[in-house]
Amino acid sequence: MKNIKKILAVFFSAVILVGILAGCGSKATTEIKKDQAAAKSSIEEIKQRGKIKIGVFSDKPPFGFVDANGKNQGFDVFIAKRFAKDLLGDESKVEFVLVEAASRVEFLQANKVDLILANFTVTDERKQKVDFANPYMKVALGVVSPSGAPITSVDQLKGKKLIVNKGTTAETFFTKNYPDIELLKYDQNTEAFEALKDKRGVALAHDNTLLFAWARENTGYTVGVASLGSLDTIAPAVKKGDTELLNWVNTELETLGKENFIHKAYDASLKPAYGESIDPETVVVEGGKVK
Amino acid sequence: MQNLGINVLFEGTTLQRLFEGLMMTAGIAFLSIIIGSFLGVGMGLLRTSKSKVVQFICRFYLEVFRIIPILVWLFIVYFGVTNALDIHLDGEIVAVIVFSLWGAAEMGDIVRGALESLPKHQIESGKAIGLSFWGLYRYVLIPQAVRRMLPGAINLSTRMVKTTSLVVMIGVIDVVKVGQQIIERSVIKVPTASFWVYGLIFILYFIICYPLSTLSKKLEAKWEN
Repeated sequence: MKNIKKILAVFFSAVILVGILAGCGSKATTEIKKDQAAAKSSIEEIKQRGKIKIGVFSDKPPFGFVDANGKNQGFDVFIAKRFAKDLLGDESKVEFVLVEAASRVEFLQANKVDLILANFTVTDERKQKVDFANPYMKVALGVVSPSGAPITSVDQLKGKKLIVNKGTTAETFFTKNYPDIELLKYDQNTEAFEALKDKRGVALAHDNTLLFAWARENTGYTVGVASLGSLDTIAPAVKKGDTELLNWVNTELETLGKENFIHKAYDASLKPAYGESIDPETVVVEGGKVK
Repeated sequence: MQNLGINVLFEGTTLQRLFEGLMMTAGIAFLSIIIGSFLGVGMGLLRTSKSKVVQFICRFYLEVFRIIPILVWLFIVYFGVTNALDIHLDGEIVAVIVFSLWGAAEMGDIVRGALESLPKHQIESGKAIGLSFWGLYRYVLIPQAVRRMLPGAINLSTRMVKTTSLVVMIGVIDVVKVGQQIIERSVIKVPTASFWVYGLIFILYFIICYPLSTLSKKLEAKWEN
């Protein structure tokens, strides 16, 4: 009877071992398969499938979120629907894959999505892993201050206290370029905004898109300086090496630029969140070219 | 309007989506617990094997799942393995695979512990009355071991239920993710939204996990005599 036990033991171990080996061995065949995939036209593949898979956020209003009825909404989603309409003839021919900020790159690399439209900021580090198309949006720093004592230029801040968040671009920007402005640093967004309300500083610096939405909900505050510091752009991204789709997106953005489509997207999704007083030009990039 | 924060739960199809998210969480968890338990029993029997090779392989398997975080496993299988083999697996399926394998590893250790804790004379007496290998396990060892492994198994199951919240990273919409979507959508207008949504999610998790605890208590009481 010991034999049965032995045979069983060897059998199970073999199964596990084969599983492990299969995991490692498959890498050799991967290279060939990847070449084949690259050779196949990506747009052709999307058309055959009849649906374009676009990665969007599901919990980052007003860029990508899910409304009360479970439908995807927002600035990115608005643009994604138009892409689907122009590529496949119908705006419903888009499959929204809900992505997380931390795994956006992986979704592209593993072919889980064709395109990412999830408020994806262009950085040098990310450029090595994915291919960015031309931008459709830009972000910069902004400065928000009480409407009663507005700060409209950085010069007004000299010798006064400015509230920033630790580790943000705002902190680095002011430390480097304006060492004579005293900074009050906080860890959390909520803390920083509370500090502004308590008048512990004369103004607060952060990403302008965030400030617009905040100032809209908190009456008595205005974004006096709407755009400051180095401009970051936000662009659609495709898998590294997918030049066909990349070129299509760039041409599409150019065509859409002629009818000011990104402004329409702004009016439909961002304007309700930012309010009338914000100039769309501080956020929107039309035709894929930053002016 | 602030005291009406609970209203965010009843807007549109919100409740239905939370329920769907809950079904996703519960589905992944229970499938994985069942598959993991079966594999885990086999694993536990293998761990008691005398063969050094078998022992090493099983030990290696367990340590691999214990040391590498589950989130990393989800990434490896969802993004790595599917890409390497050029196949497409849905996030839900990947989740069940990873959680089952994890369950098997941990359950295997629980089963091994229970089997090894049985006094040696049980095996020897069994053999002495002429029981076969299968008979020995079927009638003597496993019934006793099951009772000893129950607390550990229930503990593992509830841990698996809670760990399923990691699946959002591979695009699966579970109950916690639906909750976040609702909160982020309404937080500017209804600052108390997070309290109500997370409050409800707390109750939902309780509804999933509590029956497991009750079951374990009942079984233990039943097997006491």
